[in-house]
Amino acid sequence: MFAYIIRRILATIPVMAVVALFVFSLLHLSPGDPAVIIAGDTATLDDIVRIRQKLGLDQPLYVQFATWVWGLLHGDLGISIFTNLPVSKLIAQRVEPTLTLTISTLLVSVLAAVPMGVVAAWKAGSWIDRVVMVFAVLGFSVPVFVLAYLLIYVFAISADLLPVQGFVTIGGGLWPFLSHLVMPTLALGMVFAALIARMTRASMLDVLAQDYIRTAQAKGLANDKVLIGHALKNAAVPIATIIGIGVAALISGVVVTETVFAIPGLGRLTVDAILRRDYPIIQGIILVFSAAYVLINLLVDLSYTLLDPRIRY
Amino acid sequence: MTVAPADLALLDAGSVRRSGLRNYIRRHPTIVVGGVLLGVMVLMAIFAPYLGTVDPQALSPIRRLRWPSAQYWFGTDMLGRDIYSRTVYGARVSLTVGISVAVLASGFGLAIGLVTGFSRWTDAIVMRVMDGLMSIPSILIAIALMALTRASIENVIFAITVADVPRVTRLVRGVVLTLRELPFVEAAHASGTGFIRILWRHILPNTVPPLLVQGTFVAAGAMIVEAILSFLGAGTPPNIPSWGNIMAEGRSLFQVAYYIVLFPGLFLSITVLAINLLGDGLRDALDPRLARRM
Repeated sequence: MFAYIIRRILATIPVMAVVALFVFSLLHLSPGDPAVIIAGDTATLDDIVRIRQKLGLDQPLYVQFATWVWGLLHGDLGISIFTNLPVSKLIAQRVEPTLTLTISTLLVSVLAAVPMGVVAAWKAGSWIDRVVMVFAVLGFSVPVFVLAYLLIYVFAISADLLPVQGFVTIGGGLWPFLSHLVMPTLALGMVFAALIARMTRASMLDVLAQDYIRTAQAKGLANDKVLIGHALKNAAVPIATIIGIGVAALISGVVVTETVFAIPGLGRLTVDAILRRDYPIIQGIILVFSAAYVLINLLVDLSYTLLDPRIRY
Repeated sequence: MTVAPADLALLDAGSVRRSGLRNYIRRHPTIVVGGVLLGVMVLMAIFAPYLGTVDPQALSPIRRLRWPSAQYWFGTDMLGRDIYSRTVYGARVSLTVGISVAVLASGFGLAIGLVTGFSRWTDAIVMRVMDGLMSIPSILIAIALMALTRASIENVIFAITVADVPRVTRLVRGVVLTLRELPFVEAAHASGTGFIRILWRHILPNTVPPLLVQGTFVAAGAMIVEAILSFLGAGTPPNIPSWGNIMAEGRSLFQVAYYIVLFPGLFLSITVLAINLLGDGLRDALDPRLARRM
C-alpha cells in the first residue's frame, strides 16, 4: 500500500516533465521569431531586442532550458513582460476567486449530479431517467458562455435577483459573496454535472444488475439502504474517476466563466495575457493548472483504496 | 391471423423500404434527429449566399443596433451589420473547424495509436508524452498555440487538433491492444498472415466504429473550443464572421442588446447538440453492449 502511494507519486514526475517540456518548447515551436510575435505589430527593433534579452532567447537552447527548469524548481515562473512583476506573484494574487469558484462548482455539481444519476439508474426507463438523460445531453451541448448569458438574462436582467457580474470575497459579507457566486457556479457546473450524472447512471446500472442487489432486496432491505449502502458504494470508483477527469473541463470552463462574469481570477489573467501576448504568464498558468489537474487525479487514484477495500496494491 | 410467406412477397418493394426506414427511425431516433439537424446546418452553411443574406461584413452606420424585425431578422450590431447574415455565414467557420479537426485528429491519432499498439518501445515513450499532454486542459494548449501564431482559421484548426490527438491515440491504442490478444488475430498470425495484412484486414476495420463515435465528439468539442477561442479574442480573425466572434462583439452590449449574443449562441448550441445526438446514436448502434449502459 505504502509502496503503491510512493510509486504513484513518482509516476507524476514524468507527466509533469512532459508538461514542462511542452510549455518550454512552445516559444520555440512557433514559426518565426517568438520575440517578434510577442512584441506585436507596432514594435520597434529596440522592443524586440529587449524582449529577446528578457526571455533569454539570445542564449543557447540548453542554457535557456536549464535556467528555466532551475527557476521552476525554486518556484520562479519568470517575469511578466507587460507588468514586469514576477509571474508567481501575479498568479498568487489571482488564485482566491478561481479556487472559490472551482470548489463551489465541484461541490454543487457532485451533490446534484450523483443523486440524479442514482435515481435515473434506479428508475431506468421512466420519465425521471429521461429527464436526467436530456439534462446530460444538453449539459454537453450548451457551451458554458451561452449558458452564462442565458442565466444573466434570466436572473440579473429580467428578474434583477442577482448581480450581473463581479466577485466579492467572503470577507465582504455572506450574501454578497454567495449572490456573486450563484450564476458562475451554475454556468460552470453544467458540463461537469452532466458528465458525473451520466457516469453515475451507467455505473449504477451495472451494479444494480448484480445478484447481491437482488439478494439484498429479497431479504427485505429498504430501497435507500440498497441504493446507497450496496449499490452506490460499489459504483463509486468510476464516479470518482470521472470527477477527476472532469476537472479538466472545469479548468477550461473557468477561463470563459471568469471572462463573462468579470471575475478577477486566473482565467481573467489568462485572457489578459493572451491579448497582451504576455507569454511568461501563459506558460506559468498552464503549468499551475496542469499541476493542479495532475494532483487531483493523483488524489482520486489514491482514494480508490478507501472507496473500495477490495482494491489493494 | 397468420400471413403466408407468399403474401409477404406480394408487398411492393417501396412499402418494405418505407417500413424499414420507419423501423430504423424508431430504433435509433437520436441518429435521425441529430443527422437531420446537422444536415440542415451543413446546407445552411453551403447555401449561405442564397438564404436572403446580405454581405455579412457590410457596415451601415445609420442602422446600428436595430432590434430583430421583419427587415433585420436577428437585428443589427453596433456597426450596423446584419446579424442574421453573420450568423448564417458563421456556420461555415464552425463546421469547417469541427469537421477538419475531427478528420485530422482521427487520422493522426489512428496512425500514432496503431504504431504504439504494436511496438513496445515506442509505446513507452509516446504514451508518456501523451499522458503529459493530456494533463494540460485542451483549451490551454489551444490558447497557448494561438497566442504564438497569427489569427487564422488554419491555425485554429491546427491548435485544436494538437490538443485532441492524445485522446484519439489512447483510444486507438486501447482497441489495438485488446484486438491483438484475440483468438482471430492469433489464428491469422499462426496461419502465416503477414503483419501488414493483419493490420489492414483485421485490426484497422475494428478501429473504425469507436473512431467514428469519438470523431463526432471531437468535432463537437472542437466547435465549442473554436467559439471559446474567438470569444476570448484568440481565434478566428475578426474579419471573418464566426459564432464566437459575433458573441465576443456583443459581449459589452449584452445588457442593452442581448439578441447579438443570443442568436449565434443558439445556433452553436443546436449544432453541437445535433453532433452529440448523432454520436450517442452511433455509439448505441455500433456497440450494443455499451448502449445498454450509457
